[in-house]
Amino acid sequence: MKVKDLREKFPVLSTSVYGKPLVYLDNAATAQRPVSVTEKWNKLVNSRNANIHRAVHRLAEDATREYENTRDVVKSFLSAASREEIIFTSGATASINIVAFSFGEAFVQEGDEIIVSVAEHHSNIVPWQMLCQRKNAILKVLDVDENGVLEVEILKKLISQRTKIVAISHISNVLGLVNPVREIVRICHESGVPVLIDGAQGIVHEKVDVQNLDCDFYAFSGHKLYAATGTGVLYGKKKWLDAMPPYMGGGEMIATVSFSGTTYAPLPQKFEAGTQNLNSTPTLVPAIELVNEIRVDEDLAAEQKAVLEYVLGALQADKRIHLFGVPRRTEDKIPVFSFTVDGAHHEDLALILDKMGIAVRSGQMCAEPLMDRMGVTGMLRASFAPYNTLEEAKYFIQCLDKAIGMLI
Amino acid sequence: MTLEEKKQQVVEDFSSYDEWLDKYEYLIELGKGLEALPEDKKTEGNLIKGCQSRVWLDSELKDGKLFFSADSDAIITKGIISLLIGIYSGSTPEEIAADDFGFIEEIGLRENLSPTRAGGLASMIQTIKEVAENAE
Repeated sequence: MKVKDLREKFPVLSTSVYGKPLVYLDNAATAQRPVSVTEKWNKLVNSRNANIHRAVHRLAEDATREYENTRDVVKSFLSAASREEIIFTSGATASINIVAFSFGEAFVQEGDEIIVSVAEHHSNIVPWQMLCQRKNAILKVLDVDENGVLEVEILKKLISQRTKIVAISHISNVLGLVNPVREIVRICHESGVPVLIDGAQGIVHEKVDVQNLDCDFYAFSGHKLYAATGTGVLYGKKKWLDAMPPYMGGGEMIATVSFSGTTYAPLPQKFEAGTQNLNSTPTLVPAIELVNEIRVDEDLAAEQKAVLEYVLGALQADKRIHLFGVPRRTEDKIPVFSFTVDGAHHEDLALILDKMGIAVRSGQMCAEPLMDRMGVTGMLRASFAPYNTLEEAKYFIQCLDKAIGMLI
Repeated sequence: MTLEEKKQQVVEDFSSYDEWLDKYEYLIELGKGLEALPEDKKTEGNLIKGCQSRVWLDSELKDGKLFFSADSDAIITKGIISLLIGIYSGSTPEEIAADDFGFIEEIGLRENLSPTRAGGLASMIQTIKEVAENAE
């Protein structure tokens, strides 16, 4: 498939802003939705809308089938051992919060330690801080080097007998560097410490096999993967999910309810309280179908590689630009580029690029500790998806140069 | 120049630019021309809340008129605040408090008005109004 053919699946990509063709480079914030996703959503709303799992009527049965089939699709997408290990959530943030609360309730006590990295998104920091506050536990931080590369060698020393869990992103939303998650899991497991991987960015760019990776939890959002917003997944090993108390109480997560005591439903319903996002969660099916198609396509892979190499090269060659997230090997970098420009504020650059039709992100990217670590108040981020062309990449670099010229 | 004349002047200046980038060039020039605020005026209290970049606004009441000085670490934002204080400095608190800031729409900066929008123009206007309303 040519990139042109892929782009046709995404109506928004052929729109204009300020009379200029839209160049959407904010994919790390949210990806665009293909027609197959909106069609699925329409079908669910217009002909499959009923509350799932409960009623015996036909419409409810169809809705339940759509929802539970999605679980099977996600299970194979992640190569999970069983469908009970797939919990539907509202997104990666919710997934991480479930673990921080429920795993914390079951296993974390006063004086225990939790490790995160300095490059985490706030969603993989704050839930753990809240847990530490609740339990009087300690949050320890794994550093990155000046290029943004995770200092994995230090992890071993950071782990103690009190370490209860390590929570690390697969790929930082700022740095765009693929962390050596298999090695991280191996190091942690040697000390018997479970690992949660924040896969919000990772799932988009990397093939994930949770059994091979051996991670204990893997969290991601649907909307960065072309599915509807408000969808997400928590993968958890059954042994942990079984041992964790529910996060929320309510409908669907119970076996029996009485005032003398309530028993909980088995997995996965135990963690899916209340009416689920039944119109949107099944959009993960066409989204995953598209991702699988993109991953095996040689033309698309070639264009993506060309985009990565071109932008990486151009940014590194420009002496005015300071790129954060410089890979040791090109294959460790995804096309997410965050940088600062000497003498030009990230907000000014984003405002000017916007008027040239280019959507980029400026600011702290929900990663204030990383901004502090790098000694900056914010960065400019351009994040590419497989539907972005080399031509767009060249236009971006050309416009960036013009914007810098206007400012300094 | 009266407040009305100053606003009219800015509207005329802006009307000569059709292209957005030219408007930005104009704001960048304004921003570069704005005298920097002394470091001791860049206080937490002078910081305007709700802007993505940092914007400081300092004010002084002299002979019944308000005079503003401002700064920002982003140049377009600095240009915008320079534009605003250029218009409103030298007016009485009553004049400013009663003003509808409608010229913003005329110069096509309205889309920068949303509170989440980079630049935080709405926050800047709000702060100028508050200063005027609270001036003694």
